Amino acid sequence: MADLGCVIAGIESINPFWLASAPPTDKHYNVVRAFDAGWGGVVWKTLGIDPPVVNVSSRYGVHQDTGGGIIGINNIELISDRPLETNLREIEQCRKEWPDRIIIGSMMAEIDEQAWKELAIKIANSGVHGIELNLGCPHGMCERGMGSAIGQVPEMVEQTTRWVREAVDIPVFTKLTPNITNILWAAEAAKQGGAHAVSLINTVNSIVSVDLDEMAPTPVVDGKGTHGGYCGAAVKPIALNMVAEIARAAETQGLDISAIGGIETWRDAAEFIALGANALQVCTAAMLYGFRIVDDMIDGLSTFMDQKGYRSIEDFRGKAVANTVNWNELNMNFDTKALIDPDKCIECGRCHIACEDTSHQAIEFKVNEAGKRSFTVVDEDCVGCNLCAHVCPVPDCIEMVPVATGKPYMTWPEHPLNPLKADPISSQ
Amino acid sequence: MPANSGNKSCSGGASDSDIAANFDDLHKPLNALQAIGAADHCIYCYDAPCIQACPTSIDIPTFIHQIRTDNVMGAARTILSENIMGGTCARACPTEVLCEQACVYNHGDEAPVEIGLLQRFAVDHLMQAGGAHPFMRGKETGKHIAVVGAGPAGLSCAHRAAMLGHVVTVFEAKNKPGGLNEYGLAAYKMVDDFAQKEVAFLLGIGGIEIKYAQTLGENLSLQELLENFDGVFLSVGLGGTNKLGLDREGTEGVIDAIDFIETLRQTDNKAEMAIGQNIIVIGGGNTAIDAAVQAKKLGAGNVTLVYRRGEDAMSATPWEVELARKNGVVVELWAKPAAINGDSQVTSMTFERTKMLNGKLAGTGETFDIIADTVMKAIGQQLDIDPLKGFEIAGGKVAVTADFATNISGVFAGGDCIATGEDLTVQAVEDGKQAAHAINDFLTSEGMHNG
Repeated sequence: MADLGCVIAGIESINPFWLASAPPTDKHYNVVRAFDAGWGGVVWKTLGIDPPVVNVSSRYGVHQDTGGGIIGINNIELISDRPLETNLREIEQCRKEWPDRIIIGSMMAEIDEQAWKELAIKIANSGVHGIELNLGCPHGMCERGMGSAIGQVPEMVEQTTRWVREAVDIPVFTKLTPNITNILWAAEAAKQGGAHAVSLINTVNSIVSVDLDEMAPTPVVDGKGTHGGYCGAAVKPIALNMVAEIARAAETQGLDISAIGGIETWRDAAEFIALGANALQVCTAAMLYGFRIVDDMIDGLSTFMDQKGYRSIEDFRGKAVANTVNWNELNMNFDTKALIDPDKCIECGRCHIACEDTSHQAIEFKVNEAGKRSFTVVDEDCVGCNLCAHVCPVPDCIEMVPVATGKPYMTWPEHPLNPLKADPISSQ
Repeated sequence: MPANSGNKSCSGGASDSDIAANFDDLHKPLNALQAIGAADHCIYCYDAPCIQACPTSIDIPTFIHQIRTDNVMGAARTILSENIMGGTCARACPTEVLCEQACVYNHGDEAPVEIGLLQRFAVDHLMQAGGAHPFMRGKETGKHIAVVGAGPAGLSCAHRAAMLGHVVTVFEAKNKPGGLNEYGLAAYKMVDDFAQKEVAFLLGIGGIEIKYAQTLGENLSLQELLENFDGVFLSVGLGGTNKLGLDREGTEGVIDAIDFIETLRQTDNKAEMAIGQNIIVIGGGNTAIDAAVQAKKLGAGNVTLVYRRGEDAMSATPWEVELARKNGVVVELWAKPAAINGDSQVTSMTFERTKMLNGKLAGTGETFDIIADTVMKAIGQQLDIDPLKGFEIAGGKVAVTADFATNISGVFAGGDCIATGEDLTVQAVEDGKQAAHAINDFLTSEGMHNG
């Protein structure tokens, strides 16, 4: 069986599955249940300077698919609403009871050096393995000059990271907000400030739905709602891209990555690791199904690694980074065509109508005398867009088959139709 | 017949509450959670085969998608716009040989989408919500149409004609509307007086009046209708029943299955229905199944369904035959009635074994008896042609063109009384709907000629 142990910011964890700083990690009771369930670590719910915040009633809204499945949660909860001392004593207790599990202390404060340093020292003294700077909370706390209000200003990201580095001698994780134009600016700033690792993404600023009876955004608090932090499966693609950007960029080389964003399954976990993540943080999946979901994350990842012959996380970590390129580096001569397997086809017509109405009119629909419906790809019209294969409800019914063009790898900058193509004669 | 005799001595020991429970909904309606799950199963096919398999062409993928988007009222309107009796059809249609058989999941060896139950979910939602009728009457045309028979075909025609702006008077021989929806369908398919609720809903469009106890050939004449109305739609169904052709067919205890079913439907407390101990049902259609299963549910001891051919030849769907077996009905195949035994009251029947000989059904000479105190005949119905003098009859049914026109100008016909009638509510509804458009075209072109 593959070794799921991982190292991030110099911290060794029995597996890469940590619970993110959020309601599931806000007290001793939950954290020991999580450890008992098999989670490798937790990032404690964000601690602030006393007095504790006060939360509102009604805190979550959800984004559902038509079958009632939840693809995302929006929350308007603030940081820990319990006294700092209470949290610190419980952290100490958890550390004693579960010595092989990781606890990271998450914190936030206003942009004030003394505040950051004093709080960081108090948390470090509780015995945490590292400190995570919450620079991402996009609701409530940002209105008080904290969370994303800091995370959206690279200079402040660097400054707060440096303050914490100066104050404590344990690893520092800077947690980034996705609510910015370029994740690299914030990641670079964290690196400049001395962060050992970045954690990303924090939640996406959002209104998850509008209650059409109350005419207010959800969750509705006495007739009114506010924008909140969106998380869960729906944000995974955003997180994957931001993790990849940091893993690819020369400026952020060497920064460890604690990946967060819609990780619900072992496959999600493997994808983030393939894009360079050293460890992972999960919240929404646990909130939807309970801590037990880590069982299959561990088992599935292990099985995948065994099947692929990866003995450790490092064996495949970052393996997809080199293949994640700019559009300009793609091969313009690559060609692929859809191929529908008539034996598997159940004749639903979804591929046809998707192609006919919205793509390239490349799937022919015929009904024979016996009433049998057939769907056939017209190769000359098929651009290989994959839409048909995606909408097809039958597994492996539509295959995208690469065409042997015999043509060389050619990028857009080299393409004859590119008006900006460097002229080989004049450039000599 | 044994019904309503007040004698419960032969009810098989079943208590009143047992019997009431036996006549609960055959298919329990979906709750909201189940409906979401069932709707989510639908692939939303393009040009879906299920639409083509529905005689009324309901846009099934669209209505299921509307359920999925929580637009259940819209789903109901989608259904009812093609089939105003979508509620009954959702309960009574043999979906296993119609829409659900066409579901593409069958190609994938997966269970089809539960279209019937989803349709019921949507239509029931709209009907229970009440409120305004979902369809508007068109601009008044000043034309008045007579409909003969308030069954599914007649009422469907009346509703569509009202939508097209005509005024409709429906003449019904019985004292209640609904036709076979009210009298002919098995009780456990139409619980809670649904047929009457549906008629009340349908009449909500306005412009339709129903006159009861109006029987063609008795107190109602075609001549009078032709004189007083601009168009006539004939939807009289099948009034007569086929005979076994045996001696002593009038013996006490030998009854028509449809009469048994009708009496049962009109009896609110099913426990008041007396039922025999040994019952023979003869026939291979859904009426035979309905009679046999309901006899069993009333507490009959032995119910034997006898059919002269093999199971494949039965017009009852395999699902219905299975339902009968599940309810303890013995299905006796390859046997034809040979004699009715008993003096004043039937005591048994003699059957002769049959087999296929040179492609034809033939008796083998081998006979056997089945004890019976009740024999229910379910061997088909026939058109009562006596009141239909002047009409061209073909194959025992009223002859019509593709536009439902009879040989008498201005008179149209549909439902079970014409050749395409398949003994299905859904086909009758479609006939009525199409005939209303045909009558509308007729009246419009007539108006043009006259004007």
